Amino acid sequence: METHGFAFLAPWLIFAPLVGLLLNILLGGWFMKQPWGERAIGAIAASASGAAFVVSALLAYTVSAAHGELMTVPFAQWIHIGTLELDWTFRLDSLSTTMMLVVSGVGTLIHIYAIGYMHEDVRFKNDIPRYQRFFVFLNLFIAAMMILVSGDSYMMLFVGWEGVGLCSFLLIGFWYDMDTLGRSSWANSNAAKKAFITNRIGDFGFLIAGFLMFWRLGSFQFDQVFAAAPALAASDHTTIILITLFMLIGVAGKSAQIPLYVWLPDAMAGPTPVSALIHAATMVTAGVYLITRSAPLYTLVPEAQYIVAMTGAVTALFAATIAVGQYDIKKVLAYSTISQLGFMVAAVGMGAYVAGMFHLITHAFFKALLFLSAGSVILGLERGHHHLAHGHGHGDHHEEVFDPGDMRNMGGLRKTMPVTFWLYMIGTLALAGIVPFAGFWSKDEILLDANLHYTGVYWILTIAAFLTAFYMGRQIWMVFFGEARHEAAAHAEESPAVMTVPLMVLAALSVLGGALNLPFEGFHNLTHWLGHTLGEVEAMPLNGVVAGVSTVLALTAIFVSWLLYGRNPLKAGQPDPLKKPLGLAFTGMENKWFVDEGYWFAIVDRYVDIARFLADKIDWEFWHDFVHEKVIAGTYNWLSNSALNEGLDKRVIDAIANGLGKATQWLSGTTRKFQNGFVRSYALSVFLGVVIILGYLLLK
Amino acid sequence: MEFLSQPLTLLTFFPLLGVLALAFIPGERKNLLRWTALVTTLVTFGLSLWVLSMFDASNPSLQLGKPYDWITVAGWNIQYHLGVDGLSILLVLLTAFLTPISILSTWTAVEERVKDFMMFFLLLEVGMMGVFLAQDLFLFYIFWEFTLVPMYFLIGIWGGPRRIYAAVKFFLYTMAGSILMLLAILWLGIYQQTFSVPEMIAKGGIPNGVQFWLFLAFTAAFAIKVPMWPLHSWLPDAHVEAPTAGSVILAGVLLKMGTYGFLRFNIPLFPQAAVQMAPWIALFATIGIIYGAAVSYAQSDVKKLVAYSSVSHLGFVMLGMFALNEQGIEGAILQMINHGLSTGALFLLIGMIYEQTHTREIKVYGGLWKITPIFGTIMLIASLSSMGLPGLNGFVGEFTILLGAFGSQAIGSPWFAGISAAGVIMAAVYILYMFQKMFLGPTGSIVEEVKHHGHALRDLNWREILTVLPLLIFIFWIGLYPKPFFDLMTPTVHNLVAALPLP
Repeated sequence: METHGFAFLAPWLIFAPLVGLLLNILLGGWFMKQPWGERAIGAIAASASGAAFVVSALLAYTVSAAHGELMTVPFAQWIHIGTLELDWTFRLDSLSTTMMLVVSGVGTLIHIYAIGYMHEDVRFKNDIPRYQRFFVFLNLFIAAMMILVSGDSYMMLFVGWEGVGLCSFLLIGFWYDMDTLGRSSWANSNAAKKAFITNRIGDFGFLIAGFLMFWRLGSFQFDQVFAAAPALAASDHTTIILITLFMLIGVAGKSAQIPLYVWLPDAMAGPTPVSALIHAATMVTAGVYLITRSAPLYTLVPEAQYIVAMTGAVTALFAATIAVGQYDIKKVLAYSTISQLGFMVAAVGMGAYVAGMFHLITHAFFKALLFLSAGSVILGLERGHHHLAHGHGHGDHHEEVFDPGDMRNMGGLRKTMPVTFWLYMIGTLALAGIVPFAGFWSKDEILLDANLHYTGVYWILTIAAFLTAFYMGRQIWMVFFGEARHEAAAHAEESPAVMTVPLMVLAALSVLGGALNLPFEGFHNLTHWLGHTLGEVEAMPLNGVVAGVSTVLALTAIFVSWLLYGRNPLKAGQPDPLKKPLGLAFTGMENKWFVDEGYWFAIVDRYVDIARFLADKIDWEFWHDFVHEKVIAGTYNWLSNSALNEGLDKRVIDAIANGLGKATQWLSGTTRKFQNGFVRSYALSVFLGVVIILGYLLLK
Repeated sequence: MEFLSQPLTLLTFFPLLGVLALAFIPGERKNLLRWTALVTTLVTFGLSLWVLSMFDASNPSLQLGKPYDWITVAGWNIQYHLGVDGLSILLVLLTAFLTPISILSTWTAVEERVKDFMMFFLLLEVGMMGVFLAQDLFLFYIFWEFTLVPMYFLIGIWGGPRRIYAAVKFFLYTMAGSILMLLAILWLGIYQQTFSVPEMIAKGGIPNGVQFWLFLAFTAAFAIKVPMWPLHSWLPDAHVEAPTAGSVILAGVLLKMGTYGFLRFNIPLFPQAAVQMAPWIALFATIGIIYGAAVSYAQSDVKKLVAYSSVSHLGFVMLGMFALNEQGIEGAILQMINHGLSTGALFLLIGMIYEQTHTREIKVYGGLWKITPIFGTIMLIASLSSMGLPGLNGFVGEFTILLGAFGSQAIGSPWFAGISAAGVIMAAVYILYMFQKMFLGPTGSIVEEVKHHGHALRDLNWREILTVLPLLIFIFWIGLYPKPFFDLMTPTVHNLVAALPLP
C-alpha cells in the first residue's frame, strides 16, 4: 500500500519510547553514579515520550491533510494460521491520532514533572537507585499505550491492553516493599496484584468477545469485523449482543466500572505521576476508546448500548458518593476518576461517541492537573514534615507515623503553596463543570445527549455532577483554606519549577480545552474531526436548560460545601461535619460501602478455601496419599510380599535375579543407594516382565 | 552401514561419543567432565541446526531419513526409520537447545559423581531425540522406555531427601501406562504387518471399534506422561525431588513426549477415534487447566507450585490439540515449546536461588527484587511468559489454542474453551502470588538466615545469566514474531487436519 505523508513514521510511536527505556536500562546504572545522572535519565525518558508526541502530531497532520482518510501502515506479520491473520499493522485515522496526541502529550508533561517529583520521592523513601527504574517503566507504559491506540485489529489492541496492565502493576507496586506511608509492608504489592488480577478478569471478557468475533465475523481486523457485523446482526442478533457485552466486561476492568472498579482506588499506592498518567489521564480511558472504536458494533444493538450507558451512569453516581466520604487527597481524586469514567462510558453507551471522547480529552487535562497538584501538595507536606523532624532534632526512633496525603493533616495551604493552590483551583473548577472551563463543555455535551436519549441516565448523571462539585469544594476548603491542622502543613513548602511549569501547561489546557468542541455553529471542531472516523455525527447546539440546570447545581454544591467546610473550617481531631446529619450513610461512604469487604468474603476467601481444599484434601490426602500410597502401592506390596515373595520369588525368580545381578554389577555400583527391597522387587519384576514378553513375541 | 551417515542418526547418537569420552576421563577432573558434556551437547545443538537448515518447511511429509530393515523375523517387519516433519522439528530443536542449558545449570549445583551425572544426561538426550525422530513404532517404544532409565537415576541419585521414592514412582507410573501401549503396538504390528508409522497411516482401515481400544491403550501411556488430570500424581513428587537440571528436562522435554505421542500416533493412526474422543479429552484437559491452577495457588513449596502449573499448562496443550483444527494444533505445538522455555526458565531460576538458600518454602522469601535486581527482573519475565502476557511467547500459544478450541468442530462446544479461558485469570493469581511473596514486600527471613551463615545473598553471576539468556531471547522472539516457528509446522499440520473425518 502506498503510504502518505509521514505515515511511514508510525512504528516510531513505539520505537521512540523503547529506545528511551533501553538507553536507561543500559546506561542508567552508570548515570546514577554521576551528579547529573538523574537529570540525564529523566531527560532521556521525557525526550523519548516527546519524540512520540512529535510523531503523533505528524501523523495527525498527515491524516488531516488527507481529509481524514483512513491509512494503515503494515509493519510485520504476527500470527497467520489458516484463516486467522493477525498482523502488526498501524491504523491512522482521526480517532487513533487523537488518542496518540493525548497519550504522548499529557505523557510528556508528566515525564517532565516526574523528574522533579521522583527526585524528592526517592529521597523521602530512602532508595535513590530506584529512580532509574521509574523512568524505564514510564517509557514502557507509553510504548504499550501506543500499541493499544494504534493497532489495526482487536488483538493488537489487546497486546497494548495487557501491556499497559503490566505497567500499571509495575508502577502501582513501584514501592513494592512498603505501604503508602513508607513502612515495611505488603500493602503496595497487594494493591499492584489486585489491579493486575482484576484487570485479568476484564481481559477474560475481552478474549471471549474476541473468540466469538473470530468465529462468527471471521476476523479480528477492525474494518473486516465492522463490514461483516450488520449481516450477522440481522441473522443472529444474540451473538452481537454477547460480543458487545463480553467486551463491556473488559471495559469494566480497564476503565474501572462497576463491578470491577475496586482496583483503582488501591492503585493510588503508586507514585503520584503514575496516578496522573495511568490511573487518570490515559490507561483507564482505554475502555472508552475501545467502545468508541467498536461504535459500528454497538450501534447495531441498542439493548447492549443501554446496558453500557446504565453501567456508566450508575458507576458515575456510586463512585461520587464514595468520594464525598474520603479523607485521602488522592483517594478523593481516584473515586472522582471512576465517576468521570462513568460519565464517559455512559456517553459512548448512548452513542454519543464524540461527547465521550471530548470528555476523555478534557478530563485528561484537568485530572492530570489535579493529581499532579495533589502530588505537589503531598510533597509540600513531606518537605514541611522533614523540615520539622530535622529542625527539632527529633530522634529517628520516635518519629510519629505521618500521612502527608490525609486532608485532615492539611488546611491553610493557599498561603504556603500559592502556585499549587491556584493550579488546583483551576483543575477543580474544570472538574466541577463551571463555565467556561473545559470540563463544563464536555460534561454538558454528555448531559445534553442523555437528556435527549435516556432520561434516567440524565438524572443519574446530573446528581453525580452535583456531588462532583460538592466533593471538590469540600477538598478545596479542607486543603487550602482554614488553618493548618498539622505542623507539617504549617511548614509546607512550594514545589520547584520543574514540577509547576508542566502544571501550568495543563492548567492552560484545562481552561481552554473546551474550545475543541464548542456547542456553537462553526465551532464543532472535534465533532467534525472525529466524524471522519465515526461517520457523520449530529452536532449538538447548546441547550439553555441543560446547561443552566447543571451550572446552578454545581454552584449550589460548592456553596453547600462552603457552608459545611468553608465557613467553619475543620479543627484538628474534629469529625467530618457530614457525619452527624448523614449518620449511617456517611459511614457507608467513608468505608466505600464495604464493597471490598464483600468481595473479599464472597470471592477471594472462597477461592483460597477451594484452592486449599483441592490441594490439601483432594489432591494430597485423598489422591496422593490414600489412593496411590495406600490402595495401589499397598496392594502391590501385599501381593508381592505375601503371595509372590514367599512362593514364587524365593525359589525361581531369586535364582534368575542373582544371576542377572552379577552380570550387572557395574550397575549396582551406581545403584548402591537403591539397595532396598522396594526398588529391587519392583524394578526387577517390571524389567523381567518386559524381557519375557518381548522374548516371547520375538521368538514365537 | 549407510544409515550411520544419515543426519538424523548422527544427531540422535552423537551424545554417545560424549559418553564414550567421559568414560575415559577420571572422576576427579570435574571441570573437564563438565566441559566435555557441554561441548558434546553444544555440538548436538549444532547438528540440530544443521538438520534445520536441510529441513524443507514447505514439504508436509517426513524428511531427512529413510527406512532400513532392522528386524524381520516370523513375518515381523521392524524398521530402523528416523524422520522429521513439521510435528517434530521444533521439539527436536527444543531438546537440543535445553540440554546444554541444563548442563550449564549444574556447573556448581552438582558436585558429587559428576561423571555419572553427565553420562546419564547424555544418554537421556539420545533417548529423547530418538523418541521425537523414530517413525517405527517398535523403535519408538525402545527409545520411549530407554528415557526412563537415565531419568530414574538422575532423580534417584542427585535428587532431594525423598529421591528414591520419587524415582521409583516416576519409573513405575510411566511403565504401567507403557505396557498397555506396548500391547497395542504389538496388535498393530501384527494387524498391519508393519511397525512403520507412515505405512500404517497409508494403509489405514482399522475398524472403528478397534480404533477406540487402541486409542485408549496409547492414551494410557501418553496421558500419564503429559500428565493429564487425574494421572498427575507422580509429577509433584518427581519435580520436587529432581535436581534442577532434571526438572528442566522433565518439564521441558519429557512431558512433551506425552503430548507429542498423541499428535504423532493417536490422531493420524486412529482418526475416527480421535474425532470421537475429542470432547472427552477436552473435558479432562479443561478440568486439568482449572484444577492445576487452583491447586498450584495453594502450594507453599515453590517447585511444587510450578509443577502443578504444568498440569494446567499441559491441559492447554491437550485442549488445543484435540480441537483438531489448524489453530488449535499449531497452538498446541507452539505451546509445547513455550512451556519448555518458560517453565524451564522458572525451574532454572528457582534452582539458582535454591543453591544459595537451600529452601523452597515461599514464605521465607520476600523482597528479593531489591536485593537481587537482575534475578528479580528475569524471574518477572519468565513469570509473565508463563501467565501468557501478550507480547511474550505464552500468549501466542494460549491464544491460538483457546481460539481453536472455541470454534472446534470436533469438540463441538465453546464451553470448554470458555471455561479454560478462566484459567488465564487463575494463572495470574498463582504466578503473581509466587512473584509477590518471593520478590516484593518486606525482606524475608531467609536473607538474614543466609547472612548468618556467613555469606550474603548474591545476584546472578555471568554463568547464570548466560544460562537463562537464550531462553529469554526466545520468549520475546516467539511472542513478537512467531511466524518462522509456525511456518515450520503449517504444511504438516494442514495435511494432518485435512485427513481427519471431521463431522
